Parts: sequence; structure tokens; C-alpha cells
Amino acid sequence: MGTITQLSIFVNNEPGSFAGISAALKECGINLKAFNIAESSGFGVLRAIADEPEQACATLKKKNIVVKLTEVIAVSMEDQPGELYKVGKVFGDNNINIEYAYAYAGPKGPAVFFRVDSPEVAIKALEAAGLRTLDAAEL
Amino acid sequence: MTFWNEEIETKPVEELKAMQLELLQKLVERTYRDSGFYRKKMDEKGVKPEDIKTLDDIRKLPFMKKTDLRDNYPDGLFVRPYDELVRVHVSSGTTGKPTVVGYTQKDLDIWAESLDRGMTSFGMTKKDMLQNSHGYGLFTGGIGIHDAATKLGATVLPTSTGNTNRQIELMCDLPVTTIAGTPSYLFHIADVCDQKGIDIRKDTKLKKAIAGGEPWSESMREKLQNRTGIKVFNCYGASEFYGPMFLECEEQAGFHIWADIALIEILDENDEPVKDGERGAIVVTMLQKEAFPLIRYRIGDISSIEWTKCKCGRTHPRLQRLSGRTDDMLVVRGINVFPSQIEAVIGEMPFLSTFYHLTLDNDNYMDRLVVEAELNEESLTEDMVELNRMASKLDRRLKEILNIKAEVKLVLPGTLERFEGKAKHVTDNRKYD
Repeated sequence: MGTITQLSIFVNNEPGSFAGISAALKECGINLKAFNIAESSGFGVLRAIADEPEQACATLKKKNIVVKLTEVIAVSMEDQPGELYKVGKVFGDNNINIEYAYAYAGPKGPAVFFRVDSPEVAIKALEAAGLRTLDAAEL
Repeated sequence: MTFWNEEIETKPVEELKAMQLELLQKLVERTYRDSGFYRKKMDEKGVKPEDIKTLDDIRKLPFMKKTDLRDNYPDGLFVRPYDELVRVHVSSGTTGKPTVVGYTQKDLDIWAESLDRGMTSFGMTKKDMLQNSHGYGLFTGGIGIHDAATKLGATVLPTSTGNTNRQIELMCDLPVTTIAGTPSYLFHIADVCDQKGIDIRKDTKLKKAIAGGEPWSESMREKLQNRTGIKVFNCYGASEFYGPMFLECEEQAGFHIWADIALIEILDENDEPVKDGERGAIVVTMLQKEAFPLIRYRIGDISSIEWTKCKCGRTHPRLQRLSGRTDDMLVVRGINVFPSQIEAVIGEMPFLSTFYHLTLDNDNYMDRLVVEAELNEESLTEDMVELNRMASKLDRRLKEILNIKAEVKLVLPGTLERFEGKAKHVTDNRKYD
């Protein structure tokens, strides 16, 4: 199991920016499975999980959109209380820092995407604790 | 009409001009002797002190500029040793370095004299209580107004800037008759009074205000006066002069420029004098300054001057309200800001490109400065903690250099407008009507 490549699309924080980005995604035929938006002082980042991220990234760059690829991990979970705690405890016990996370409820069950400071350590620790990380094909 | 110094203030123009010539000759003589900087400038122009035979001969003298102050930072333009100085004030310069000005006791006396003549001319007396909302400290506004009002015999309430609620509480509870501050701060006080349901006309004894330190207009004055019932008198000055210096009399018909203290020229683009009453660049010579001589200083303001007798009886020339700048200096909440200062700070930040843009607004006459700076490609990250760290680093440094709070926005690489030739760094949306 490895990491998942995420699109990080940067956009200045002003009215109409999201419309511009979503229009570009439509025109390029890019389908998103999950995304979230975070904002800093003058711009925001739209983080998204897409099919064929490398190709999507190249297509968006051609449209002069500022985009980077970031590795995140996807942790499969059951749809029941206590699941987040399992992951949280593993991260806490192994001193792994979370930068951000967002949830996904796909056809094959729920998962949470985590951006952590040391993904390899995180994956090993999760698997050692009996948790499952997913690769792109499993989403 | 009462005067602070009737003999001088009502002297016939011919006598004033004779006095100016004598003072100018002495000033040039001692500056040539004491100032290596100005002697070199005069030598380069081939002019000697004895060449100043008429007031017109002032045009033979070299100019001084803001950059001369920067190049001689901190005290290269002082001609008196520190043991003869009794005060130093500091204001912002054109780049990272501030402007330092020094004063002898006589300098402080002349400064207060100029303001006392002005205060008396709009009817302020020892019976008044002045709430001084100008900043105390390195800025000349607070202490300058304070000293003059004290010398006048008025009661000073040194509130300094900020804490508007307390300022309003005090002006309601104490017999404050006069307030000094920037026009935008006076508007702010009026706004807060409205919110609190305080009627300045009924709930305070305020009748007069001294307003200056930033650009404003005649229509702003009318609004402020109509709203508050306070008669507002305009004030002109700069730390390079001494500080706030020249006030309007009760006629509100321009700043009385005391001819024995300052000689103001108004010049066109070719540095030729314009006719009386025509607009041009203000060039200032301070005739009695000791510690830090100021001769033909290009202050950068635009206005006009008239040598006509005022209805109040004073014979000295009157300078009209300032109507612009010859350079790119911005005045933000009473503080001088040069885009070059911001550019220098941006240059210090390794994570920024060289592109930036400044936007100014003044909703409710309260200035707001937004600094947009572009991240460079390498520093673009989706790590919000890192981005916030970069933004606050820029924010802190700007505050340090500008002495005012700016709103910082980091924008994406390549998104600020590129200009061919001279870049347009400033969008000033402020309105003064």
C-alpha cells in the first residue's frame, strides 16, 4: 500500500475564482472523488483526489492554472463510532503530525485522506495496528 | 481680534520682506560656515553667501531634498553638537531608514511661537482646554502641539492616539473646548459618539479643533463641522520644518505662514516661480532654524500662496490647502508612507517575488492599506502553517518600518499585473469629498 497523489490547485482569494477553476475542471473532463478548500491570507488551495492525477495536473497547467501534486494517505474505515480514534491513537503513539485531513464516502466504503509529515512511518504504523491504507485503484 | 505677537503679525509687507532678506542672509552665511554638506552644494553651484543681495537671489541657492536626509542619516545635516541640542524627533524616511531631526532650545521656542500665533489667531486662549489626540513620542505632532498649548497657558489633556472610548469619556467629563488630531481620527470620534448616542453639541463643551497631518478637503471640513458643530482649523507642518507649524485663523482662509520664520516659494516644473495665487511645488526655507538648517527644501507638497492681507488683519502670506504631491509619497492615517519603503521590505523576504501592489481605501475616512505581495515559484506551498508564517513575517516587518498596520495578502506567483516600463504600484481609492 502506498500514498495517493492529490491535486493541489492554487487560486487567489477573490470572487469568481472557484467558478474559473470548476469551469476548467469541466472543460478538461476531470472528475473529482473528494476535495476540500483551505484559505490563507491572499489565496486558497483546492485539494482534490482525481482519476489520473498526473495527467489532470498537466492539462490544468496548460490552462495556466497553478497546480502541484501532493502525496496523501487514504485510510479505510468502517462506518461506525470509534474508527477515527483508532487512527488518531496510532498517529499519536508514533508521533506523527497531521497537516490536514478530509473525509470520503466512496462506493467501496468510507476513507479519510491524511496529509502527514512522515507518510512511510504512518503507513507502517497503521498496518501494524491492523488498519488498512488504500491505493488509488481501491477508492 | 487678539494677537500673540501683534507687532510682527501685522507688520507691513515691505518691512516683512526686508526682515526676511536679513534673516536669509544670516542663515546662508552661518550654514555655509557650519554645514559641510550645504557648503559643498553651494560651491558646486558657484554661489557664495555674499551673492544673496535680494530675496530673489534665493533662486541661486541649491535645493535640499528628502534623499539628502536619507544620505546623511542619522545626523549628518546637524550643524550643532549634541550638547547644544535639547530634543530629537524621528519620522519615517523614504526607504528603511527614518528621518532624524534635532532641535536647540531656540528651535523649540520658534516652533512653539509659530503655533502660539496660530492658536491665538483662531481664538484659542489660556481659558481653553486642549485634548491632544496626536501621538506623543518620536512623532512631532503630539509634543509639538503640547508645548505650544502649554506656553499659551491653555490646559492640556495629553490623551495621545487611540482608546477612543476613553477619549470620548474624557471630553464629556472634562471641560475640553478644543481637540487636536488627524481629520480621519476626528471623523472616527464623531462616528463613535453617534454609536454611543453622544451629542457633541450638547454633551461636550467642544467648540474648536486643530486638524492636520494628512490630506483632506474643504468638503470634508464642511461635513465634520456640520456633523459636530465644531469649527475645524487646518494645520500644516512636517518634521523637517520643526513639526506641525502653521494654522489657519478664524477666517479659515489658508495657513498663515509667518514670514519671519519661513520663506515659502512656489515653483513650476522648471523651478521657475509661479505668480501669486498659482499652484506649484512648495519649496521651504526655515529662516531661523539652528540645529538642522533647512534651505530650499522640496517638501513635495503642491499648493499656492498669496501675499494679500487677511481679513483678520495679519499681513503674512497665506498658503492654501495642499492639493497633491510631486512624488509618490502616501499619507496613511497621518503617517508618511513611501512605496519605496514597502519595496525594500519585500526585497528582504526571500519567499517573495519583486512584484507587489498597494491599495488604499478610506471608508468613513479611515485609511486602510492593503499590501499584496507575490510568492515566488519555489516558495509556493499548500502548507497553511508555513504560508501564515510567511504572511506574518511580512506583516511584522512592515509594521516595524512603516509604523502603521497594513493588511498583508500573499498572492500566487505570476498573478500581479506586469507593467511595461514604469510599474504602477499604487491604487488609491480614497475619496475626500
